[in-house]
Amino acid sequence: MVASLLEGNEAIAWGAVDAGCRFFAGYPITPATTILNTMLKLLPPRGGICLQGEDEIASMGYCLGASMAGLKTMTATSGPGISLYSEQTGFAVGSEIPIVIVDVQRLGPSTGSATKGADGDIQFLQWGTSGGLPVIVLAPVDVKDCYLLTRHAFNLAERYRCPVFIASNKEIGMTRESVNLAALKPPEVMARLQPSPGSTPFLPFDTSHGRKVPCFLPVGDTTLVRQTSSTHGPDGYITTDPDQIARNQKRLLHKLNDAVNRFTFYRRLQPAGASTLVITYGVTSRAARAVYERCRQQGAPIGLLVLKTLWPVPEKLICDTAAPYRRLVVVEMNQGLYRREIERLLPAHPVDFLGQMDGRLITPEQIEEVVRHG
Amino acid sequence: MDSLLNLDRPPVFCPGCSHTRVTRALDNALSLLKRKGHQVAIVSDIGCSGLFDTFFHTHALHGLHGRALTYAAGIKLARPDLTVIVTMGDGGLGIGGAHLLAACRRNLDITLLVLNNFNFGMTGGQYSVTTPTDALVGSGFLNRLEHPMDVGRVAVAAGAGYVSRCSSYRKDLAAELAAAIRHEGFALLDMWGVCTGRYTRRNRMGPKQIDEALGALEPLKGPVAANQRPEYGRHYRQAAQGLTDPAPLAVPLRFAALTRTRQEILILGSAGQRINTAGELLCLAGMTGGLQATQKNEYNITVLRGPSLSEIVLCPTAVGYTGITKPTVVLALSDEGVQRRRAVLRHLDETALIIRAADVDLPPNAARTTTIDFKALQIKGPDRALAALTVLAAKKTVVDGDMLTTAIELRFKKDVRQKALALVARVCSGLQ
Ligand code: SF4
Repeated sequence: MVASLLEGNEAIAWGAVDAGCRFFAGYPITPATTILNTMLKLLPPRGGICLQGEDEIASMGYCLGASMAGLKTMTATSGPGISLYSEQTGFAVGSEIPIVIVDVQRLGPSTGSATKGADGDIQFLQWGTSGGLPVIVLAPVDVKDCYLLTRHAFNLAERYRCPVFIASNKEIGMTRESVNLAALKPPEVMARLQPSPGSTPFLPFDTSHGRKVPCFLPVGDTTLVRQTSSTHGPDGYITTDPDQIARNQKRLLHKLNDAVNRFTFYRRLQPAGASTLVITYGVTSRAARAVYERCRQQGAPIGLLVLKTLWPVPEKLICDTAAPYRRLVVVEMNQGLYRREIERLLPAHPVDFLGQMDGRLITPEQIEEVVRHG
Repeated sequence: MDSLLNLDRPPVFCPGCSHTRVTRALDNALSLLKRKGHQVAIVSDIGCSGLFDTFFHTHALHGLHGRALTYAAGIKLARPDLTVIVTMGDGGLGIGGAHLLAACRRNLDITLLVLNNFNFGMTGGQYSVTTPTDALVGSGFLNRLEHPMDVGRVAVAAGAGYVSRCSSYRKDLAAELAAAIRHEGFALLDMWGVCTGRYTRRNRMGPKQIDEALGALEPLKGPVAANQRPEYGRHYRQAAQGLTDPAPLAVPLRFAALTRTRQEILILGSAGQRINTAGELLCLAGMTGGLQATQKNEYNITVLRGPSLSEIVLCPTAVGYTGITKPTVVLALSDEGVQRRRAVLRHLDETALIIRAADVDLPPNAARTTTIDFKALQIKGPDRALAALTVLAAKKTVVDGDMLTTAIELRFKKDVRQKALALVARVCSGLQ
């Protein structure tokens, strides 16, 4: 076996180029900077472009332009940058521009603590744009996930023509870890759906073919393409027709919400005899896994559900998994951001909660304490 | 050459608005340049100038206020053969100021048409960055307190290779536009015009006033000699040629592991002691013995000062939790590093090993301790961490000398490798 020692951030960069990413733009920010650094090493030799934007808004704009011109694109930042991305993220949502956005979370709010981890952005990633439409958010646990979920993120961005977030954390992004990339089993590389030849005229947002995602042609080919951030009809021109607007809004809602079961990534351990289920995600899953092992060895097993798709909320997975348990324990590196989703879905289940927002990892001992004593 | 105007969507500007003239002139310019619709992308900003993309049969992208130059750059880098034209009002200039400066400095082959009519037309005639101080606009007295920006001079200062300032009423406006588009590099055309919907209700502004005002300024007529340089995209592709990317460092499995249990190693030092690199070497060394590894670093945001800590977990099975609560080995290399983990050190029992620099104070603890007098050995600060690793390897704890040497050979090349190996040899001989 030949292994490598990679940071989560480096693994994301490798996942991106292996997924076919050929355009990256970002602004330096701890703890995401090493993604920019790595992309700068990986892209130019492959004929790709890596830019250091003058700010985060520009970095997103460069990516959206390049994506509309047909390239697979990615950007990476942390809390302060994600805040600035908001208007452009909304553009990508409403105008269906594929892009992968990495948020290597740090302790917020605002400039917060540059070198301390947290999972404090996970509601903001979903709701941080105007208009209230869904996005996809994937949450890696370790360096393997950084690679694999990035591969998936590109496929999802292409397939659903939407921004896909990777909700990493300083504790994953800047932690080095041994990994054997060659032994991983990534998904096949996917591309955007193209209109079948001869299906004229091309309308950039046409979904009369029955799928919820319009076909894509790039700006710059012989067929003219229109893109706009304004409320548009199938032809890409502004529309004021309420019926057309409503249809499009519904489609944007349903194209992701109805499909989440197809991209629900998770890890689930359900030993016989367990009555408590721990639900967690991100780096905290590693501590939870240690507790799972301890409890099993001590003959008092617990169930463990590690969510790797956070948005749209994988409701079926959560409800099906939780149903047989008497008690739920939600553990996360914030003050209860995802707990509210669990409580919303499972109002009859008692939920104990462990959250921490001080830059430190939640320890196995802390989780064990809550598992044992509530 | 045929017109590229979209006859289904004729301009809808207010009667007398100079944008209508620019629309026609741009069409004529594209005809002069013999561009077909699919060879052109029009990227428009917000406001009345943001309608431009709809009037043409070209590729079109209409985005957020002030950001048009950013989308245009992405498109141009992805599709170098496209003619990329940005239309923007004086509003977009202000809100997108950073992007304007970046575009001038970068010199991608994009043409920026500034439709400068000295106010925000669409939102009610508020003042913009170009509104004259004495104008009467929709922002009360505010414009009287600020100085208008001369975008042309700003662009020259920021490095634009082509800057032209003219009236939208110029007879040869199409030729002027064509010349700007033809320039290979970033070109800015500051076209002064009239907003009949808002601005001229309370201000005298027409072709004559524009000519007078322009006459009072030093003219800007296109190529800026001092700013000529290679176009960015071309330059980028040239600079990237011949670059090769290194594959991730491959660590071969060479030795049998020395341990069957999870090992937590804490390196406590200071910035400048190469703590992070030592942590990496320890991971690599462990990996040559088949261990799995994680490494977390902790340091202040300042670069060359303050404590620097590295937490390494080496484990024969997958490393779960990456934190360290009960270290098996501690390398205590500076007081400020130790200070950060005093509580952890206090709880150590005799199963733990501490390798301590002689000048570092430890809190009371029960761990086995080996002390190294770095000063006596003439080992400087930057070499402390590797020297301490050598001591650890000599004890065949977690890793051994062969593993450490292999890690050094993997990680470093040439001089650095030689120096590191020499240091290891020197420490080893000092130990004997
Ligand atoms: S408001 Fe002014 S800029 Fe807008 S269309 Fe009318 S005249 Fe032209």
